[in-house]
Amino acid sequence: MTVFAFYLFALCTIVGGLFTVISRNPVHSVLWLILAFLSSAGLFVLLGAEFVAMLLVIVYVGAVAVLFLFVVMMLDVDFAELRAGMAKYMPLALLIGVILLMQLGMAFGAWETSEIAATQLSAPAPLAAETQNTAALGLLLYDRYFLLFQLAGLILLVAMIGAIVLTLRHRQDVKRQNVLAQMYRDPKKAMELRDVKPGQGL
Amino acid sequence: MISADLNIILPEIVLAVFAMLALIGAVYTGKDKLAPVLVWASAAVMLLMAIWIGTTGGQDQTAFWGMFTDDAFARFAKVAILLSAAVVLLMSEGYMSRHGLLRFEYPVLVLLSVVGMMVMVSAGDLMTLYMGLELQSLALYVVASLRRDSERSTEAGLKYFVLGALSSGLLLYGASLVYGFAGTTLFSGVIAAATEGHMSLGLLIGLVLMISGLAFKVSAVPFHMWTPDVYEGSPTPVTAFFATAPKVAAMGLFARLLFDAFGGAIADWSQVVALLSLLSMFLGAIAAIGQRNIKRLMAYSSITHMGFALMGLAAGTAFGVQAMLVYMAIYVTMNVGTFAFILSLSREGQPVTDIGALGMYSKREPGKALAMLVLLFSLAGVPPLVGFFGKLYVLQAAYGGGLAWLAVAGVIASVISAYYYLRIVFFMYFGEEREEALDTGGSPVLWGCLMVSAFLMVAGVVNLFGVEGAAAAAAATLVN
Amino acid sequence: MADFFSTPLGTFVIILAQCLAVLGFVMISLLFLVYGDRKIWAAVQMRRGPNVVGTFGILQSVADALKYVLKEVVIPAGSDKAVFMLAPMISFVMSMIAWAVIPFSDGWVLSDINVAILYVFAISSLEVYGVIMGGWASNSKYPFLGSLRSAAQMISYEVSIGLIIIGVIISTGSMNFGSIVHAQDTGWGFFGWYWLPHFPMVFLFFISALAETNRPPFDLPEAESELVAGYQVEYSATPFLLFMAGEYIAIFLMCALTSLLFFGGWLSPIPGLPDGALWMVGKMAFFFFIFAMVKAITPRYRYDQLMRLGWKVFLPFSLVWVVFVSFAAKFGWFWGIFARWTTGG
Repeated sequence: MTVFAFYLFALCTIVGGLFTVISRNPVHSVLWLILAFLSSAGLFVLLGAEFVAMLLVIVYVGAVAVLFLFVVMMLDVDFAELRAGMAKYMPLALLIGVILLMQLGMAFGAWETSEIAATQLSAPAPLAAETQNTAALGLLLYDRYFLLFQLAGLILLVAMIGAIVLTLRHRQDVKRQNVLAQMYRDPKKAMELRDVKPGQGL
Repeated sequence: MISADLNIILPEIVLAVFAMLALIGAVYTGKDKLAPVLVWASAAVMLLMAIWIGTTGGQDQTAFWGMFTDDAFARFAKVAILLSAAVVLLMSEGYMSRHGLLRFEYPVLVLLSVVGMMVMVSAGDLMTLYMGLELQSLALYVVASLRRDSERSTEAGLKYFVLGALSSGLLLYGASLVYGFAGTTLFSGVIAAATEGHMSLGLLIGLVLMISGLAFKVSAVPFHMWTPDVYEGSPTPVTAFFATAPKVAAMGLFARLLFDAFGGAIADWSQVVALLSLLSMFLGAIAAIGQRNIKRLMAYSSITHMGFALMGLAAGTAFGVQAMLVYMAIYVTMNVGTFAFILSLSREGQPVTDIGALGMYSKREPGKALAMLVLLFSLAGVPPLVGFFGKLYVLQAAYGGGLAWLAVAGVIASVISAYYYLRIVFFMYFGEEREEALDTGGSPVLWGCLMVSAFLMVAGVVNLFGVEGAAAAAAATLVN
Repeated sequence: MADFFSTPLGTFVIILAQCLAVLGFVMISLLFLVYGDRKIWAAVQMRRGPNVVGTFGILQSVADALKYVLKEVVIPAGSDKAVFMLAPMISFVMSMIAWAVIPFSDGWVLSDINVAILYVFAISSLEVYGVIMGGWASNSKYPFLGSLRSAAQMISYEVSIGLIIIGVIISTGSMNFGSIVHAQDTGWGFFGWYWLPHFPMVFLFFISALAETNRPPFDLPEAESELVAGYQVEYSATPFLLFMAGEYIAIFLMCALTSLLFFGGWLSPIPGLPDGALWMVGKMAFFFFIFAMVKAITPRYRYDQLMRLGWKVFLPFSLVWVVFVSFAAKFGWFWGIFARWTTGG
């Protein structure tokens, strides 16, 4: 059963990834990408990493991919035009790809788990049977990897500041709603009751 | 346990907390009106931290299970980073406010990037290395395109970002291979696995990829393509910043990775670094000849200088690291002065970057021209100025490390590069005088930085202000 | 016979039967929810509402469903057909599968997983795809605008829902619904539930749930006065039925979540009375009633007001609340009502 589920998810991940690349329509690409994300979340569940699986869905599928889709839907990208330029650079790209592939092949072909590496490869995480993996992750993140966690937070802060600095333009000529000012308006100051006599006006 | 660890990273915490407080304070009060105050306050905090780190240095210690190292090497680099960043920040205030670029985020971003640099030079783990590097670079990408209405500046930021992301990708690819083959991300564990003669192929490929990634950051050839465009497009104070603190941090990180993680396999990386060094020196020296824009010229100049600094690393000895550190300290000092001069160049309030405009500058501003002359001679490595001793150090180190050919090549490259430095001197003293002359006067901060830097180039000849000793101690902790 | 249910086939049959039971419950509730919604709405506006089909019009929803199923499916010529048909299915399936982890009573749950609450959150964040894909695939202006609005709206309110849930998780020390409900079983009945310590968050959660499910006053994706019917414009017959069913099931799910997280799930409000699934269903029905009342009595928000509320009011408030709850739980403030790690997880 697990084997069947594994092959199902693995196949979906690969097919999703493949069609992400070859789809002609960018929106379809993003949808395939979402399929790949979801299937890899399934693979995580099979590994027993349920927390990571859920986070993958929430963060990547639920937020990141939505924004991707959001942007891609609004862009009118002419892919044929982009493809034309691609042919020119194809040989170079292929060369780099082949080199990277060869490196991978060499690295993994010569994979020898040296004894030192094997001894150092001790998992710092507690055993899955002893604690839930949410708790285990929390203990690692907030204790052993505390520094890295905080640094990652700083990086995100910088990214946020950067996005605001580079794009926010305060327009002076638009009227903005000031909700608090509206709510705290005093009827006594804002309006005036007059007793208008018939036929006289103000 | 954690409080002891936090104690060790206290300078970083202080800077980060100050940056966040500054951000919140500015957002909720005066916004950009607060920027000049923030610039001065940030510079003051950085100076304080530099003094603190420089004077309190105790014994070497590690924090967070070895992920963060605090040793003499890290302290040396941190002091250099903090001092140069503080001075550049001060120099930038006038220019930025004149051109309406002084936004309160600028000092905050600089502070955060300095935090990243400090983490970089203290990294004891591949993950810390990457976190520091990203924190630093992300802030730099943003400040590069700070002049967001200018096409050049946007292009600079974008180019820097895309190529930086590519280099980070290479670095991560390498790091993952290293992790796979060493079984750990800690430098102390990697060095146990990466011993001479026992380097597995995966580790080697990982090492080369990581070196390529870092070479991007120090802008060594053949990973230098972004440098001239980014230097030219960014606002000049930002360029000054790029040319100083990040370079020190990247070289520090380079040294840290090579010696702390791969110190057992020097022969394996020495050739690669030597090649990078050779290419950088020559390309920088030759390509700068055709440049008329002084910012582009400084970009190529920094490529050449990085080549020299890498030469020290390539030697693979403690003396080599010491030479690299001394070289970087001198390089930063010279660059601060040079950029102070460039920042003060303007015509009717508009910044000038064409070196032809310097014609007969000595007539109008004899003092500044003289100071610049000293700095340029020093950059070119003309004896008896301090720049010469920096070059001498790395050449000695390369010779001592068995890389005599590299030392010879370094001398040749140095002679070639002297040409374009001296050409600026020629323009200043003998060039054609232009109709529309450059403005005289200018900010006292810039004048002060220029003069102090030039003075150091002359006065430092006596004993280099003891930098040698500190650098030797720093190198000793790294190489053993 | 007992042997059969321990064979693989038998286990499969049991699981299938359980699934069908939940599915049946949800689908039958759906019929009455739609009917109830219309009746309540009508009552508020002093109308009669559906009253023709069956006694008091109680079979109106059945008739409507039949009509939708029997009508012709119209697919616009310019649409992206695959995505167009996929969208309502996603919308429906996503709101259905979230029920897999919702317990109706102690142990009455299809799949009792540790990260149940994250699972529900993940699935509800996927529901937005039905709307976005439907709007885009229709290849028409109003649906597209509707889907864009919906994407931004749902993401904005998901953030605050997530933060509110974190507060509850911190209090319980577990992400399992069973543990969360047990943690609220203090012997104080109604006053032992989480609504009391997490008082402001109950309202925030409820309002965010309205926005998350595109209910009035946050139904901007289908605002009929500006966008005709938003992403649903081009849909007809069964696909439309799927959209609408998905929407109502998602609302019902939010009712279930509200009662589980803040109102003790299947626990009885009065100490001494037996707990049980009836309480759970009763609470869900009550919250649906409030959903329906809100729809009847509130005017629609403007889009910028909606965004402002989400990002500038709810997000900071729930963030501060998370910090507060963590301190209160860690240091046992307020007689430890924020930290129920022993009774819960």
